[in-house]
Amino acid sequence: MRSQKLLYVIPVLLCASILFAGGFTNSEPNGAAEGSSEELSSSSEENFDKMMAVLMHKRCVNCHPSDNIPKQGEDSHPHYFDMARGEGNLGYQATTCNTCHQSENNDYSGVPGAPEWSLAPESMKWEGLTRTEIAESMLDPKRNGGRTHHEVMEHLTEHELVLWAWEPGIDAAGNHRELPPVPVEEYIEAVKAWFEAGAVIPAE
Amino acid sequence: MKVSFTINGQAQSIEIEDGNTPLLWVVRDMLDLKGTKFGCGKAACGACTLHVDGEAVRSCSYAVKFAEGKSVTTIEGLGTRENPHPVQQAWVEHVVPQCGYCQPGFMMATAALLEKNPNPTDEDIDNNIINVCRCATYVRMRKAIHRAAELTQSANQTS
Repeated sequence: MRSQKLLYVIPVLLCASILFAGGFTNSEPNGAAEGSSEELSSSSEENFDKMMAVLMHKRCVNCHPSDNIPKQGEDSHPHYFDMARGEGNLGYQATTCNTCHQSENNDYSGVPGAPEWSLAPESMKWEGLTRTEIAESMLDPKRNGGRTHHEVMEHLTEHELVLWAWEPGIDAAGNHRELPPVPVEEYIEAVKAWFEAGAVIPAE
Repeated sequence: MKVSFTINGQAQSIEIEDGNTPLLWVVRDMLDLKGTKFGCGKAACGACTLHVDGEAVRSCSYAVKFAEGKSVTTIEGLGTRENPHPVQQAWVEHVVPQCGYCQPGFMMATAALLEKNPNPTDEDIDNNIINVCRCATYVRMRKAIHRAAELTQSANQTS
């Protein structure tokens, strides 16, 4: 028992948390199509900028930790009570993510929730990476759960847990959680356009 | 809306306007089972822990609509005075409670842990039993959890 570990909310947050945690199995070993910024169309770069502005937001990265500790809140502090990845990215045996987090946000308690609430798998560590490194990671079948580009694109634009980022609910004090910096429709459009243009990762 | 579930083995149906009402409020205020406690109201302290289909759940953050068709167990259904659950027996033996307010939540969390892990190590206890006790009864609780594991194992051997 971690005594005095004071409580509080559970403003965790994910979004892409499971970005890739699902059940895709197909594999397409083509990594990122890299190139210098000169070779890229400005629209592709703009789409990349919009996409990564979202994916690097705390609503996503809080549950893509590099130290197996989920983060919470707008300041991305370590999850209270020493919660950690545990087995299957769902916490510990009898105290799991779902002990507190359900499939919907809970406005009575301020505890966020969405379907498949969990940490992103260990191979999908994003915390501390640059946007280029994150993009390379999510296109790498060895790290993205064996997904093809198309499957990654679908996941980024359709998965309920990813889209939760735009409906993150309120915390225990009734404060609305911060939204990603790009509106959801604009984000989806940018992601699709970027993949359709070849998923080119600009040079840093 | 109508929500039907079993609680402590008894079928129960309730009519409630807001299906998002916390299960805790229903258990305490509609079903008059006061053993499950309100602590922080934000799924942090664990005083409201009960079981839904055998899993420990913080009921202050669990919408009653999610209980539809499920089996809910509260501290009142864990054991009886005549036939206490091993966790309750161990709690008595080690005189764990001080003020006692948070203890039902701890006992429900412990019972859920022992179902998954009949012989938890100290590390398992640290990882899983993360409720909050303002009286700091943690040392006695740790002893009681190990004792409950012993009681459970001997009960299983004799049955």
